Amino acid sequence: MSEAVSALNGQSFVGIVKIEEAGPQGMITLRGDAGAAALQKAARDVAGVDMPGIRGIAAAGDRAIAWMSPDEWLILLPHAQAHEGVATLRTALAGTHHLAENVSDARALFRVTGEPARLREVLAKLAPADLHPDRFGTGEMRRTRLAQVPAAIWLDSAGEARVICFRSVASYVFDLLSVAAAPGSEVGFFDA
Amino acid sequence: MSTRLAKGGRLLNRAKRVNFTFNGQHLTGLEGDTLASALLGAGQMMVGRSFKYHRPRGMVASGAEEPNALVNLGTGNRLEPNQRATTTELFEGLSATSQNHWPSLEFDVGAVNSWFSRFLPAGFYYKTFMYPRAFWKHVYEPFIRQSAGLGRAPEAHLRDEDTYEHFHAFVDVLVIGGGVAGLQAALTAGRAGAQVLLIEQTAHWGGRAPVDGGTVDGKPADAFVAAALAEMRGMKNVTLRTRCMGAGVYDHGYVLAYERVSDHAPGTPGPRHRLWRLRCRQVITATGAIERPLSFAGNDIPGVMLAGAVRDYAVNYGVSIGDRTIVVTNNDDAYRTAITLKELGLEVPAIIDARAGGGGALAEQARALGIRVETGKGVARVKGGKRVEGVAICAQAGEGAVLEEIKCDAVAMSGGWSPVVHLWSHCGGKLVWDEAQAMFRPNADAPPTGAAGEPFVIPAGSANGYLGLGDVLTDADAAGMAAAKAVGAKPKKTDAPKGETPEEAAIEPVWLMPQGAHVKLRMKAWLDFQNDVKVSDIQLAAREGFESVEHAKRYTTLGMATDQGKLSNINGLAILSDALGQPIPQTGTTTFRPPYTPISMGAIGGEARGKVFQPLRRTPLQDWHEAQGAHFEPVGHWRRPYCYPRAGETHAQAVAREITQTRGSLGLLDASTLGKLVVTGPDAGKFLDMLYTNMMSTLKPGRCRYGLMCSENGFLMDDGVVARIGDDSFLCHTTTGGAERIHAHMEEWLQTEWWDWQVYVANVTEQYGQIAVVGPDARKVLEKLGGMDVSKDALPFMAWADGELAGISCRVYRISFSGELSYEIAVDAGQARALWDKLLEAGMEFNVMPYGTEALHVMRAEKGFIMIGDETDGTVIPQDLGLDWAISKKKDDFIGKRAQQRSHMTDPARWKLVGLETVDGSVLPDGAYAVADGDNANGQRNVQGRVTSTYHSPTLGRGIAMGLVLNGPDRMGTVIDFPGTDGKTYRATIVDPVFYDKDGEKQNV
Repeated sequence: MSEAVSALNGQSFVGIVKIEEAGPQGMITLRGDAGAAALQKAARDVAGVDMPGIRGIAAAGDRAIAWMSPDEWLILLPHAQAHEGVATLRTALAGTHHLAENVSDARALFRVTGEPARLREVLAKLAPADLHPDRFGTGEMRRTRLAQVPAAIWLDSAGEARVICFRSVASYVFDLLSVAAAPGSEVGFFDA
Repeated sequence: MSTRLAKGGRLLNRAKRVNFTFNGQHLTGLEGDTLASALLGAGQMMVGRSFKYHRPRGMVASGAEEPNALVNLGTGNRLEPNQRATTTELFEGLSATSQNHWPSLEFDVGAVNSWFSRFLPAGFYYKTFMYPRAFWKHVYEPFIRQSAGLGRAPEAHLRDEDTYEHFHAFVDVLVIGGGVAGLQAALTAGRAGAQVLLIEQTAHWGGRAPVDGGTVDGKPADAFVAAALAEMRGMKNVTLRTRCMGAGVYDHGYVLAYERVSDHAPGTPGPRHRLWRLRCRQVITATGAIERPLSFAGNDIPGVMLAGAVRDYAVNYGVSIGDRTIVVTNNDDAYRTAITLKELGLEVPAIIDARAGGGGALAEQARALGIRVETGKGVARVKGGKRVEGVAICAQAGEGAVLEEIKCDAVAMSGGWSPVVHLWSHCGGKLVWDEAQAMFRPNADAPPTGAAGEPFVIPAGSANGYLGLGDVLTDADAAGMAAAKAVGAKPKKTDAPKGETPEEAAIEPVWLMPQGAHVKLRMKAWLDFQNDVKVSDIQLAAREGFESVEHAKRYTTLGMATDQGKLSNINGLAILSDALGQPIPQTGTTTFRPPYTPISMGAIGGEARGKVFQPLRRTPLQDWHEAQGAHFEPVGHWRRPYCYPRAGETHAQAVAREITQTRGSLGLLDASTLGKLVVTGPDAGKFLDMLYTNMMSTLKPGRCRYGLMCSENGFLMDDGVVARIGDDSFLCHTTTGGAERIHAHMEEWLQTEWWDWQVYVANVTEQYGQIAVVGPDARKVLEKLGGMDVSKDALPFMAWADGELAGISCRVYRISFSGELSYEIAVDAGQARALWDKLLEAGMEFNVMPYGTEALHVMRAEKGFIMIGDETDGTVIPQDLGLDWAISKKKDDFIGKRAQQRSHMTDPARWKLVGLETVDGSVLPDGAYAVADGDNANGQRNVQGRVTSTYHSPTLGRGIAMGLVLNGPDRMGTVIDFPGTDGKTYRATIVDPVFYDKDGEKQNV
């Protein structure tokens, strides 16, 4: 195999926050019955964490599971291990109705870093989700949109957000985030 | 002349002078001025011409309600027409020009319209421009369009240099309006712990109270404002925002607020405007009240102004409108203006009070200052042209016989105050007519309601019909309390601050001055200043039968100008009610629609301009295509290479070269955009049997099958190759534009109809880069790359296999849309470019070329393959296209089956797909219709078919086409006529749609 190439090759921009394409990231879409012990175990074995509750994301080290819908999760793991992760899940869940697909290359991942309030502002310019610190903190996952395209966002820490979008619109999302982070465009809504 | 007073101006910084220009003239204002106050301070009263009669017009108001003072603001890339001078903060270098006149503001040829005004009554356009009919399009409309409109749109080549953005926020309580009511409501809700956002459209807090006087808890209003702000600035749960207007209130607590971030300081880094898209649990509208003009003859002459505005200019900006100001009123509030002016040392020759009984405490104060007060009197008419010269006084009870003329250079008028109910009304809040105060106010029993039927808007203060400072504060406190409770906060019961103002005598409604004014006066008594609608126009509309206020509005254009009738609506509907002999509430109001005042198109568009105007989807090979100078075409949001022209080559030549090369040896296509949906689960086969017209459950793992998908109505909606991956798993290819749509279609059926079937679907379109390797040398190049067996035996036509090529893991499908030997190779998107480069390198000996979508189209047409969107248009069923072979007879059901059995669908007269060959080898025009004998019932030529795809085939050296033709398959060899739009008639023979390699030998080698 050749070296995996991410959509934007690590492009970055610095404005009121810093925007960076995060490079290749392993991602597995897992669908199944949330209540099934086999599914929970299989997911835990691959991701190293328990499945999170509604709108949650559970992370440990370089792995995580994010809640995507009542019967869908996104498992994050190192890019090179995604194919193997899918195979492991399929073997573990053989005979159980489920879907496990490697979607690592179907997505782009961005890291947005900066002052906590600025970071929320930049995202709130584009996403119609409630990003107030009282209602959106670490451990929360939002499937939402950024302007005209679907996206998912979560906070790794108060000063670092992650944004996932489809690979084909990576360039659009990078430009969007950069425009939203333009110097002088601070809002001040989350500063209070 | 209006002028700047030596002292005063609470909003000014007198130490800082600000230079600006008006119609090229260099003027000076002061920091803190609006453009309006600066113009008035510089003696410029006249600022524009009216819309219809081109009458000279000056400022009439001091805020958002201003109808007249609209200017072209800025130049070049910052030019914007119709900007209100009263809400434009002055900045250094501001450049404004007046509108709607030619050749100049002072001398305007259009003013002749005024001389003919008796021939230009309401509904003039509808009555005059009807005949002859053809004249409308070619004579009247161009003329009207030329003469209509206020400001000029910027030149087409100019580009707005500012940026704009949206901001999404969620709050418990939004308070709209930063006057004392809004401040108190926000304070109360904030103290209770609710998350509060308080917005104010101007740059200043406090609203009218600091100008109008009165005390709060014994101190001046200013002190209350400062204390409230200081307390709220210390609250973490309260956000304060000036220059931010509540523009519209919508369902479910959705509110748009328009923040003018840097209008007052153009060129500042950051956005010029920000549109707040708010989700609010409760909304408090503390939007204040707007003063009404009085309807007397000449009330539009520059120098006639609302009494409150005269006071604002004096107190806030230290500007006097004239040396001698006559005050005309039907209420006590206007006395404040007279007192203010007198105390500033200006003359107030008289207060004309229409009420026979006169006023209360304020009237006493005015008399004590030595001001003459006339009661039971009115203004018969204002004298003057471009400037007020005097007024003629009459008895309000009479018809306008002049009792006395008084010289003056300004008139301050007040017809009472109307609560700003716009935002309350946007989402369905009802109004009630308050007879005693002569105003529409919010009906507390009929508020806008949320999803659960709960009220979500609370009016407060003057916006709720409370005009006295004491009532305003009590009401605002109650509003803040109610909102806090509604969002689950626990407000502590405390007393509202106590506001005190002098006792006032009751208003007496005056809708026409004098009440029996004769027609000559009524024709000069303006209701809508911007659209030039007078009392006589409304009365004419009523006589002509326009009894509904909504009809009268549209007939006369009352309230249809950019100010949306903020000054004119109540007066207009009172006149209409009087003309119809019915009480005002029976007439009702017109509909209040957002936005409250016009907002910029830039703010609505937000960030969506330039490179982020819309998302453009890129394949993993897009960089390469761009580097090759490919010519792109839009396919959904993708931009796919149409062809790859070489130096000196036309697009048509490039397409021909790409086809010849591919058919002769080897071509490559970026097929990454094709939709790829994984369908998996025990019921996946059953599910696909329902979705596709043909049988998919019988497909063997490792094999592919072409399938058709129809809508419930039987129409063909998508097609593609389905590959069976395992017993429970399929991969469905869709068209490029179809991936999201078909995914949604599948989910809809799974979630609504077959929720108990065990099937999961995932859209993995973008996981893969997909490359079609096409042509007689396709196998050779893959064998060169090596890694898997791609021979005919190992990988026959319509089979797929997983393996490795040039060290890259891949899945290879042997499918063909060109009729050639063809492999479609799917790899992880991050590997696609590596594979593409290897294919180009290995293909060099075969002169490999990439080909674009046009070559793809031509090659599929040569083979008679249909294309969704060309052969289909939402009205075509598979049977029309001769695809009966792909419709299973064995299945009990599939989506569209029942519909395809309907009589119209089985009608043998449905047009059917055939090939078309022009007699002379030329290319048929796309979309051309084949004519038949005779005419239809509408006198149009009968038709018998149409072209669906048409190309020049470089392979065959002639034009080829497909089309839908009446009884087409039964008429092979018949020649039919296609008249083109170029005057030529194209003659084409009906032939089989497969033009090339009819037996399919080339793809099956």
